[in-house]
Amino acid sequence: MVITYLFLAVFVCMMGYFTYFQMFLSEDFINNPYNTRQDTFEKRVIRGEIRSEDGYTLAETKSDEDGQEYRYYPYGEMFAHAVGYASNGKAGIESMANFNLLRSHTFYPERLLNELKGEKNEGDHVVTTLNFKLQQTAYEALGSRNGAVVVIEPSTGKIRAMVSKPDFNPNRVEEEWEELTAEDNDSSVLLNRATQGLYPPGSVFKLFTTLEYIHENPGYDNYQFDCGGSFTSDGAVIHCYQNKRHGEETLQDSFAESCNASYSSIGLSLDPDQFAELCDSLLFNKDLPTRYESSKSVFSLKEGAGASEIMETAIGQGKTLVTPLHMALVTCAVANDGILMAPYVVDHTENRDGAVVKKYSPAEYGVLFQEEDTQVLSDYMEAVVAYGTGKELSGQSYSAAGKTGSAEFSVSGEPAHSWFIGYAQGEGKETIAIAVVVEASGTGSKYAVPIAKNIFDVYFLE
Amino acid sequence: MANLIIETAKYLMLFLFAYYTCGSFAVYKKNISPKKREQILNRQCAAIYLIHLLAYSVIYLVTDDIGMVLFYFVQVMLFTVIQTCYVFLYGNSSRLLTNHLCMLLAVGFIILTRLNLQQAIKQVVIAAVSVLFSLLVPVLIKRVGFIRRLYWLFAALGIIGLLVVAVLGSATYGAKISLSIAGISVQPSEFIKIAFVFFVAGILHTDTSFPRVCAATAVAAVHILLLVLSKDLGAALIFFITYLVMLYVATGKLFYFIGGFLAGAAASVAAYRLFAHVRVRVLAWSAPLTVIDNEGYQICQSLFAIGTGGWFGMGLYQGSPNKIPVVTQDFIFSAISEELGGGFALCLIMVCISCFLMFLNIAMQMKDRFYKLTALGLGTVYGFQVILTIGGVIKLIPSTGVTLPLISYGGSSCFSSMILFAIIQGLYILRQEGEANDKKRIRTKTKKRKQENGRRTSPQ
Repeated sequence: MVITYLFLAVFVCMMGYFTYFQMFLSEDFINNPYNTRQDTFEKRVIRGEIRSEDGYTLAETKSDEDGQEYRYYPYGEMFAHAVGYASNGKAGIESMANFNLLRSHTFYPERLLNELKGEKNEGDHVVTTLNFKLQQTAYEALGSRNGAVVVIEPSTGKIRAMVSKPDFNPNRVEEEWEELTAEDNDSSVLLNRATQGLYPPGSVFKLFTTLEYIHENPGYDNYQFDCGGSFTSDGAVIHCYQNKRHGEETLQDSFAESCNASYSSIGLSLDPDQFAELCDSLLFNKDLPTRYESSKSVFSLKEGAGASEIMETAIGQGKTLVTPLHMALVTCAVANDGILMAPYVVDHTENRDGAVVKKYSPAEYGVLFQEEDTQVLSDYMEAVVAYGTGKELSGQSYSAAGKTGSAEFSVSGEPAHSWFIGYAQGEGKETIAIAVVVEASGTGSKYAVPIAKNIFDVYFLE
Repeated sequence: MANLIIETAKYLMLFLFAYYTCGSFAVYKKNISPKKREQILNRQCAAIYLIHLLAYSVIYLVTDDIGMVLFYFVQVMLFTVIQTCYVFLYGNSSRLLTNHLCMLLAVGFIILTRLNLQQAIKQVVIAAVSVLFSLLVPVLIKRVGFIRRLYWLFAALGIIGLLVVAVLGSATYGAKISLSIAGISVQPSEFIKIAFVFFVAGILHTDTSFPRVCAATAVAAVHILLLVLSKDLGAALIFFITYLVMLYVATGKLFYFIGGFLAGAAASVAAYRLFAHVRVRVLAWSAPLTVIDNEGYQICQSLFAIGTGGWFGMGLYQGSPNKIPVVTQDFIFSAISEELGGGFALCLIMVCISCFLMFLNIAMQMKDRFYKLTALGLGTVYGFQVILTIGGVIKLIPSTGVTLPLISYGGSSCFSSMILFAIIQGLYILRQEGEANDKKRIRTKTKKRKQENGRRTSPQ
């Protein structure tokens, strides 16, 4: 009878879906931070270790004299934001890999025996993509300044380093929680600036303005501008850095020298709606593809905006705000033929004996730039290093490319946030991309570029 | 030590249930001797008692409540009464169906005791009362053949019942489904399901002319509309599908089935556009994690439970199934999956499938068209309800808020499911006896023929 088979088919579908859910979909739900059931595993499993790619233990569970377990972070502040903490709501890798750390895949009979005896099993270790050496370099290079550094491998999306300052000591989060979260504590120490910090992009944003310009003007190669140190429209004036006169320049020169006057003029010629559309396609106003807590970058230029707002937007001031991770991802796409690989930080999990339990593979997020755009952007970013604001990076054993920026953020005359985004290629090494922001310091070339250089040096000289 | 027992019991129960499930399909093997069949059925019966014993050992161990021991023995008595009554009073009954009934009840009792003892006690009491009633059903079935002519009465009962609920019913979770009579809350739609099946079987079993079909469809439509008005969409769907299936089998016209199905699809789209609560359900189904704080909370908790439990489960009292809202009713399957394991839950689905197949098998073999349609209708009600509830909690389809028959908490649901099983059991007995009579008739006929032949041949 047809009816019987019809129903039977639905039943079989149901069983199939249930099996499929258990085998493939359940991880997403189990790992959800809303799933408080994970905590019941803590009673049965000793939380596993978190390790760097090169074998350093970044977090482990120890027992004190009374047999009380506690979480220990051997490198304290250095990995505070990247690794996070396992108490008080959890953050970072401790949060996103919570369930992995609380699962045990030791030899099955042993596990069963422990379960039966009511003893805890050893949880799986999480091996990250973080590189100890790069993290250390970034951490030390940023020094006592606030800001963030993100280093990513463009061909895979592996996050190699992630530093955010101010930081905290994850070993003492529990004791100091009140203090850290107190309402009058406005240094927001727990905020991971690399993924959640929203900064004005400054001249780094010229990358987007350039892209929009070449989309609207196929003859961009013939662009000419005569810079007199400032640009005025409708009574609003935009100055170049220190009122420097750049003289006759092409589009590439304007980019390399980071000429504000030239970009203000470009900005006024652009179609605001199309510009907004371009930015939306480049991860503005949307969640970034990461499991870290992250903020959405903001771009909000509308039809009918005044000349002053348009010009400011074109040079990365105005209402635009970006996260360092976002800028790093855009840089990655430039360095990887326009294709963005989804960033990830957990490489694999393994059991106590080192057998891989679950391997996370690189996954493509999507195409951000077409071939020609990628070519232009990488040429221009190379020009920045060859003769522009990033000259300090030229003449190395590796070839770097990038864009500097200094973002004004206060009216009271504090120095600007300095930015650098870029990538470097060298013999026998994967290309790496970087985004650096140093808060309230000065120009990108003076503060952010040396940090990037430091990291590139360590990476390629090793 | 406690842990050792909880863990061992978990694996043993899973093993026993898997064994039981294999048995339910093994009895259908073609070349199986009656003796071997009996053996399988006996072992199944033993598996039920063992699973029940293991579960209550754990429950006692964890709660340390001596009352649990008493409660356990009450349930054992209940199972024993069911088993012996069917075997001794109704020798021709299906033992597999009796086993399934006991198994489903046992699983329900276990998980309800763990979730909410008060409700579990109520459930056992209701089950005991239902057993008394349901034991009468097979006797009645033989004597009340005339109910096939009372279909207008069933239609009237159904419509009046649903109308009263729609007007006076009290709302739970946005749907008006229950009536309070003398302090007891009743869900009339649970009983009207059965009346509705009798109505459709009655009106269509002799005559499937176009006016007849129109009349039947009109009455069915009134039922469904009243349910939609009460926002009881799950029940509305069950009535709808049941009617379509019965109409199709009665008339043999695929056109009705497909036409009805398309009309139903159109109605669903309309409902989605018209009713906010339908959109909420669909949203919670399509992207539960994005609305986890509100609409998606229940389904997310359910999926957390199922996922975290994994294949082997957390063990009784080791998970947190009570985090799922309405877990004892619509979401009981998730609780079972979380604590007893995904493997256990899969076996449970297979036992439900086995029940469904038996119902439809009986429908196919009944010669009397009224009984045939009745068995088919009840089978559809049961099968579709299982699909709606389990499909809903595992997020295969939007959740519709229906119970899992014989397992979920709920007096009306439990009572009507017991009656439903008893009716099927009665039909099965009827068929077995019919078969026996047929055989007798054939045997006597051949005997006569032989005698006649003998007489005819002797003079030669």
